Amino acid sequence: MDILSLFVVIPVLTITAILLLKDTRQVRMVSAFGMGLQLLMAGTLVFLYLIARHAGNSDEMLFVKDYLWFKSLNIHYAVGVDGISVAMITLTSLVVFAGIFASWEVEYLRKEFFISLILLATGVFGFFISIDLFTMFLFYELAVIPMYLLIGIWGTGPKEYSAMKLTLMLMGGSALLLVGLLGIYFNSSPDGSRLTFNILEISKVVIPLPAQRIFFPLTFVGFGVLGALFPFHTWSPDGHASAPTAVSMLHAGVLMKLGGYGAFRVAIFLMPEAAHELSWIFIILTSISVIYGAFGAIAQKDLKYINAYSSVSHCGLVLFAVLMMNQTAMNGAIIQMISHGLMTALFFALIGMIYGRTHTRMIYEMGGLMKVIPFLSVCYVIAGLASLGLPGLSGFVAEMTIFVGAFQHHELFYRIVTILVVSSIVITAVYILRVVAILLLGPTTNDHFEHLPDAKWFEKISVVTLIGSVAAIGLAPFCLSTMIGTSLHPIIERIIALKPF
Amino acid sequence: MNLGTFLIMRQELLLIIAALLVLIAEIFWNPDKKRSISLFSIILLGVVTIIGFLHSHVGSLFGGMYISSGTTVIMKNILNIGALLVFIQSATWLNKEENSEKISEYFLLLISTLIGMNFMISAGHFLIFYIGIELATIPIAALAAFDRYRNKSAEAGIKLILSSALSSGVLLYGLSMIYGTTGTLYFSEVAKLFGNTSLQTLGFIFFFAGMAFKISIVPFHLWTADVYEGSPVNITSYLSVISKGAAVFILMIILFTVFPVIIGTWQKTIFVTSVLTMTIGNLFAIRQQNLKRFLAFSSISQAGYILLGLIGGNQLGMASVIYYILVYIFSNLGAFGVVTAISNATGKENIDDYNGLYQTNPKLSLIMTLALFSLAGIPPVAGFFGKFFLFTAAAQKGFYLLVFIAVLNTIISLFYYLLVVKAMFISKSDNPIDKFKSDFPTRFALGICVAGIVVTGFASIIFEAIRNLSFGV
Repeated sequence: MDILSLFVVIPVLTITAILLLKDTRQVRMVSAFGMGLQLLMAGTLVFLYLIARHAGNSDEMLFVKDYLWFKSLNIHYAVGVDGISVAMITLTSLVVFAGIFASWEVEYLRKEFFISLILLATGVFGFFISIDLFTMFLFYELAVIPMYLLIGIWGTGPKEYSAMKLTLMLMGGSALLLVGLLGIYFNSSPDGSRLTFNILEISKVVIPLPAQRIFFPLTFVGFGVLGALFPFHTWSPDGHASAPTAVSMLHAGVLMKLGGYGAFRVAIFLMPEAAHELSWIFIILTSISVIYGAFGAIAQKDLKYINAYSSVSHCGLVLFAVLMMNQTAMNGAIIQMISHGLMTALFFALIGMIYGRTHTRMIYEMGGLMKVIPFLSVCYVIAGLASLGLPGLSGFVAEMTIFVGAFQHHELFYRIVTILVVSSIVITAVYILRVVAILLLGPTTNDHFEHLPDAKWFEKISVVTLIGSVAAIGLAPFCLSTMIGTSLHPIIERIIALKPF
Repeated sequence: MNLGTFLIMRQELLLIIAALLVLIAEIFWNPDKKRSISLFSIILLGVVTIIGFLHSHVGSLFGGMYISSGTTVIMKNILNIGALLVFIQSATWLNKEENSEKISEYFLLLISTLIGMNFMISAGHFLIFYIGIELATIPIAALAAFDRYRNKSAEAGIKLILSSALSSGVLLYGLSMIYGTTGTLYFSEVAKLFGNTSLQTLGFIFFFAGMAFKISIVPFHLWTADVYEGSPVNITSYLSVISKGAAVFILMIILFTVFPVIIGTWQKTIFVTSVLTMTIGNLFAIRQQNLKRFLAFSSISQAGYILLGLIGGNQLGMASVIYYILVYIFSNLGAFGVVTAISNATGKENIDDYNGLYQTNPKLSLIMTLALFSLAGIPPVAGFFGKFFLFTAAAQKGFYLLVFIAVLNTIISLFYYLLVVKAMFISKSDNPIDKFKSDFPTRFALGICVAGIVVTGFASIIFEAIRNLSFGV
């Protein structure tokens, strides 16, 4: 059994184990054990990957395994990772692990909840390890349906509406993506050899430009819907707000990164010529996402909506950076994916914990919580500082790299959009600090909240894991950055081979 | 012609023997044990199905009027599997008081339609084709009116027979024009002589219209909802899956072998009808409350997707259509199976009655969910693979716009399938359907459907085997 397929097998085994359990109290332990194992595996993978690279292995993808699945269509179950995938897998395992502990007190249909959650995680892991487009798409769609059940059954507020809207819009993205993938497949051998779904093989071929001009927008928008590209982001605020805590963590933290990763790995990597030509349209859209998301967050009064719009803004920044198509910006994009993933998971976990105590998410109904629940409040402040890009935490590293990379373009258009997007830092600071002030600082406004319990052990595990990772990346980003940078080389070569600037 | 060549018709002969055995059995059967005629018929069809998978000789009989090839053999086997599942699912309903007098008639009529479909698929001459179609349709109309004490059932029967008769008339008119312009009814010879003249195009259109009725393509679908709602549930499932599947098979064979000359014409026709069918089927399904009507409109839109496999005229297209019918059999019979089980136990057929079903009957809810996801095309169940291959086949010949419209329709269909999932899992109810345990045949049939839904996708050998037996224009 190859190491990569274990990332899909372990969650499936965990689900099977949960199905067979009779006692619901053990469900949580089994889930925690399974996902803890997954986290260890991710750590091992990072270790093995770094060793292999150090030993001089310079293949594009490592730990590759390839099984022929459908002979007539040349569909394979092909897996492989490079530095970027390894980083994303680590992110996912951290967020899922934290999410299991954040859902420790789910009572209603507990078994089904954890099964759906881990099924969702399976889809995400499978997506990151696949290098065959069909397998990738299969795992991508697999991740959508558990979302409907998770939000619809265990959510709050207008949950049926939010769940349906989210599912239909994400399926809409998959629909566009399917057409794009079929277009790529049928154009994957202009010289008449076998058609293929394998990403590495397709990247060696130049897909005819007219086909690229049609299929690049389809593929990019298909992934962009998940990555909160304006104007397809509207599923996000309602979806995140109605979802239960762990689901929001997983969704904003990991699933939205599927969109960014896919946009970069499939749309831009395989169709760079069209990407160069058409990037300006999408750069405008992503800039709007960043700024609009940030302004949107200022106007919100519900904690989850604030964070949801903040996620739209930060994920828009990922797509913005990816479209810049140079080494620095793309490096920044990947770091931003990981940094924001951890950060937003942290935010949602904290919001869930605060909600569990105060039973309200409206910021004006709470106040002065710093005195009442100091541990959670301090963690919230740290998360906020990471979000607005304070040096020493991961947000700064990511955003700095992105802006430097974006500014490397000399044309006026790029300079202007970069300046506009940089202004989002200020707007982010506004809404973050405003929430901190109203929610945490000052006198307590509501007498009912005078005696709330502080974080329990499982909540502390959840939160400390994430803060630790955020701080680690902020203080010592070079390990991550080098790992990503090496893997970006072949991609950048492919992209800039056509248009030196 | 000696015995060896006569045995090329093995499947039809076995089915005729089975039909006769069922007919005669009633005379000799102990009247108290009438109910075990069901078991007898199921075993007979099971034996025929198994023999169908054994090696068979291919060739043609009666001067080319009857053709058996690898393709027709696999098509007949798939239809046998579906018919067998319907038989098993019917056992519970047939044991009821009002039906136990007519058990052998039920099976006799169903086997007759199966014989008709087999002849239809193996046709090499338009006359055998027409005889097959009629034999496949008329007994079903009698079966649609099986429930003597329900007005809707009689209404369904009348609607079905009258509209079938009209469509058969139209079909025959088209065939007469084809005969008039080519002078022959043999498939191979018509293929050589067919051309683009106005009269021949008109003949083709009438032929297509007659077939479109059988497949419930818009705008020939108006009989579907009322007939599906009025008929007994098992007949509805048979109509939606087996009748439709057989008609699709023979339409595909005829389009690919007899009319390849006018491929431009029928590609345009299929493009328009496919878009109309998918869209109208989906839009009407959203408003349905009765589950049988709901599944009827869902079946109409599924026919639209199947047309995507036909439009390219390629080998991949034929393989994906045959594969999709197999997947569709498991999915639709799974969904209908759950509807039947609940209808037999409680008589309730509305989506609102299913509120909170997960609390009381979790396994049934899960089976229904799996079946609906397969119909919607969500991974990892077989429906995803089926839809993907259909779209790939259409894309292979450059019909990207059609694929785009089809995937948009998939999203609309997901909406209404999720409405049922929402009712079962999310909506709370004060008096949900009580917990009940279905009897063995129902559970067995549902088990086979679930196994089919889950396995058929991942086991690539099934698709590859079907593809090796397919051919293109």
